[in-house]
This record gives sequence, C-alpha cells and structure tokens, in this order.
Amino acid sequence: MLARSRIIERVTTVVIGAGHAGLAASRFLTDRSIDHVVLERGEVANSWRHERWDSLRLLTPNWLTRLPGCRYDGADPDGFMGTGEVIAFISRYATLSRAPVRPHTAVTSVRQADNGYQVATEAGTFECRTVVLATGACNRPSVPALRQGVPTSIESLTPFGYRHPDQLPDGGVLVVGASATGVQLADEIRRSGRRVVLSVGEHVRLPRTYRGRDVLWWMDASGVWNQRYDELDDLQRARRLPSPQLVGTPERVTLDLNALTASGVELAGRLSAVRDGRALFSGGLRNQFALADLKMDRLLDTFDAWADTCSGDLDAGPSERFEPTRAPAASRLHLDFGSGDIRAVIWATGFHPDYSWLHVPVVDHKGELRHDGGVVSGAPGLYAIGLPVLRRRKSTFIHGAEDDAREVTEHLAGYLAGSGRTS
Amino acid sequence: MAETTVNNGVNVEALLAAREALKSAPEAAKFKWRASCKWQNGTHSETKIEGFHGLGQEQKHRSAFSFDADHPEIFASEDHGITPVEFMLVGLASCLTAGVAAVAQNRGIQLRSVEARVEGTMDIQGILGIDSEVRNGYDDIKVTFNIDADAPRKDIEALVAQSQKRSAVYDVITNPTNVTVEVA
Repeated sequence: MLARSRIIERVTTVVIGAGHAGLAASRFLTDRSIDHVVLERGEVANSWRHERWDSLRLLTPNWLTRLPGCRYDGADPDGFMGTGEVIAFISRYATLSRAPVRPHTAVTSVRQADNGYQVATEAGTFECRTVVLATGACNRPSVPALRQGVPTSIESLTPFGYRHPDQLPDGGVLVVGASATGVQLADEIRRSGRRVVLSVGEHVRLPRTYRGRDVLWWMDASGVWNQRYDELDDLQRARRLPSPQLVGTPERVTLDLNALTASGVELAGRLSAVRDGRALFSGGLRNQFALADLKMDRLLDTFDAWADTCSGDLDAGPSERFEPTRAPAASRLHLDFGSGDIRAVIWATGFHPDYSWLHVPVVDHKGELRHDGGVVSGAPGLYAIGLPVLRRRKSTFIHGAEDDAREVTEHLAGYLAGSGRTS
Repeated sequence: MAETTVNNGVNVEALLAAREALKSAPEAAKFKWRASCKWQNGTHSETKIEGFHGLGQEQKHRSAFSFDADHPEIFASEDHGITPVEFMLVGLASCLTAGVAAVAQNRGIQLRSVEARVEGTMDIQGILGIDSEVRNGYDDIKVTFNIDADAPRKDIEALVAQSQKRSAVYDVITNPTNVTVEVA
C-alpha cells in the first residue's frame, strides 16, 4: 500500500464559494476575527464570468446593489449593472474586504470529522470546525425529463450555454419557462427577427415601475423584502417561487407577457409532454394569467396600504393598476418539431443546487438542503447562505446577503464559543 | 387564518393534517381510482364504482354507486343516461366546485351559493370520421361560476383561480395523460 501523504491545513471556518454571499460571510467572519478561507473553484464571481448570457443585467438598480460596507458610488444610481460591472463590483469588494480567497481550489468533498469537518479540494485538504456553504442555488440548469423526447435535429440549450441570438440556428425558437430568464431570452431572440413561442407555466408578474418608482424600491421600502422566513405562511412555496418577470434596462421597460405579445412572441401553455415529435402544451394558460395577475394586484395593494401609512413625504405618484394579461383567443396545444418552424429549444426552466460533493446527510429527496434559516439541520457547525428565502424574501439578491450573513455568522460564532474554541 | 365561524361544510383542519402527514409518508399519497363498466345494449352501459386504493390500503365508498351512460335519441339511441362526454363535464364542474368550497373554508370566506355552468363545444365531424382534421374531443370548454359569498370580487376570483390550480380533473383535461387500453 502506498503511504498517503497529504497536506492538511487547519482553519476555524471554511467558506465555500467566492460569490457575493460567500464574500459577505467572509467579511463578518473577519470582523469577528474568526480565521477562515474562502475556497473558490474558479475566480471571484465565477458564475458571473462563465454562466451568464451576454446581455444580462441585474434585476436590482445600482443604488440597491450593496454588500456589507460597500455600496454603488457611480454616476447612475438608477441603472442596472451588466455582467462585467457585476464582476468588477464583486471583485472590488473581495479586494476591499481582504477576503482570504483561494481561487482555483474546487472542493471535491466535505465530510464530518472529529470535532468538525474535513474539506477536500483539488489543492489539498482543510480541517475546520465550521463550514459555510455559499455555492448558491443555481449550480445546474433544471431541465425536465421530457427533454428526452425532443428530436435531435432540434438544437437544445440551457441558459448556461446561451450567450446571444447569433449562436442559434436560423428559424423559430421555443423558449420554455417564463421567469426573468425566459422572458428576457424570448424578448431578445424575438428582436433578432426570429419567431418565438414562449411556454408559460406558473410565473410572477411585476411592472418595472410602480407609481413612478422602481418596483424593487417598493419591495425594499414597504418591508415586503424583509419578511422573515419564519413568518411566512408557506415557506416551501416562497422558496420555490420563480424569479419575477423583470429586466434591467436604461428605459426601465416592463417586460411582462403583454409586452412580449406586443412584440410578436406567441404564448403557449405549460409544456406538459413531448410525444411523437410533438410538444404538447397545457390548455390552462388563462388560469396561469389569472393567478399571476391576482398575485401582482395583491402585492400592489400591499404597497398602497404601506404608502397610506407614510406621512405626506412619500415621493410617489398615484395608485395604478395594469391591464390584465391578454390571453390569445386560442392558445396552441401542440407544436410539431418536424414542421421546421422551430429549430431550437431553450430550457429556461430554473436551476438547482449541486451538493454531489457534500458527503453529509443533510440533503432531502428533492436535492434541497435541510436548514433552518441557514443553520443546517442535523450537522452542527454547518451553515448555508445565498439560498432562496434563506432568512428573508430578499436572501438571493445581492443586497440581501448582508442581513443573512450577519445572522448566520453570529450563530456560527455562538456555536464556536459554546463548543469550546480550539483553533 | 380567520376564526372558524365560517362553515362551508369542509373539514379543512383534517385536510391540512393529512397534507402534513403525507409529506413524511409519500407512499401513502399514491392513490388508484377504479371503475367497472358493463355493456348493456346498444350504446347503453352501466359503470359501477365502489372501491379504491389509498393511504396504503384498500378503501371503500359508503356504498356502491352506479352510472348509466348512453347516447341521446337524435343519435338513434335510447338515452338511458348522459353521454360519456357529459360525464367529463360532471367531473370538471364538481371538481372545481369542491375546490372552491375547500379554498373558501381555508381562507375564511363564507359561501352562500355556488353555481357553475359548464359548456363544452365539439364538432362531431371528428367522431363520425367525416373530417380527419377535426379532433374527436372538445375543442373548447368554458366554465362560468356564479358565487354568492362574503367576499369582494377579487377574492372570489382568487378562489376560482386557486381551485383550478389544485383541481385533478382540470389537470387531466388541460394536460395530456398516458392512457393504455388493452384486451385482458
């Protein structure tokens, strides 16, 4: 047998992932003088470098784009950062907060060990008391199994592979999914002159601006975004919610389904099967519209009710309501892939986390981490950050990391203190 | 949640308890519904329903139910019962109506009356084989609810929308389902 010689580094805390969430956690660990490393498979803000399409901009305006101790200070507070600016912003943050990032150090395994965890990487092993998982919720595109039925003559792309319309074959495109990703790609591809069919399931409709202010200003100011995970009626549902139909453009345009219809995108129901070379869509499109319109109106009611409680200094226009989503007279129920009308399918059907390297029994049968506000259940010393509604509705937005990171690291520090700090 | 002065005759507490229990026992959530149909004469058949499988074991209705189906006299039949496609309307209307009651109870909305009118349009050139371009089944189904309840119109619309979202029959009609028919 070969003797195993491996370098083992000891550190109190390992943060996995140097995106905005991991760096926010690192900042608070540093403030508490908890020695740690931030392990990053690639470079800081790696997914922004490699897993985003060209035209993508943040959904949040610049003034809202902030991390602990760092906020946007440029000339365009109402603008929206593109990927290059986001990479620069997060990289600058890593530098400013002197985060102990180890780039190009992909984690291959996390296991429970005596008095903590053993984190194996391609560049050696770490032993630590606590681990913060900051790898995010969008490691892999979720593509439904029915993809198997799509003929191989049809090009099939996920948002990870899509960059711009020019890479698509000539001809029509079926975009499956109407979250922020789906509506943005449908719009951009339609503008490239292609025919686009958008398959719409459950979705979240929002206007870009409401009463003259950015809708996310309302989410922030009214306190909706601050609603805590342990105060929500149906947390599971809130965590599964698709991203809202928003796009960040200089003109602050609304990109709801009516806008897409106006630009010539054809709306179809949820893709429910692919059979004999044909896509079959649900006939329940009208109810998807009704549900989204009703939910949007309830949210706007919440904003109005909050506005009514503000004294006269609220700088906002009068209350408004938007046209209901227009339903096509008869939405298509099927699409023949053999007809040549559609040459590519884009699966904007969401993302899921990848915990294949996490060898601790904390992942449920749906592949989701079991945790209570980022405190991983049944694994003392293991924490998570940057997951949907981790501790608040805003958790996955960049500015949402601050409060979560503060509280998660506070718990972590208490755990270290309570169990006797040795490192 | 509203005080339980609202009574639509739906035991929401029991339903919510079952929902919680089944989260940790997903196998028990797998149900199998059954019907046995016997040809009588002509287009007339009788379908009996009594048992089903669920919660991990065989279950029974309080009694056996039986349903006659036939075609009307304009199709040269004897009209012993409603047509099979009308049974589809029975299923859709009753499923959505049950959903409205359950959701209303859960949301603390007292119902006074709920009526659903269902219309399905069909071009019978399909089933008669006159035109292969025409499908056999309904080309459009419309349900209109008239609901009298202690709630603003928006909340009533939300009840109806949520009822569709959770309706099994609505799902079966709006989405394709694998069907196997074989000779035993």
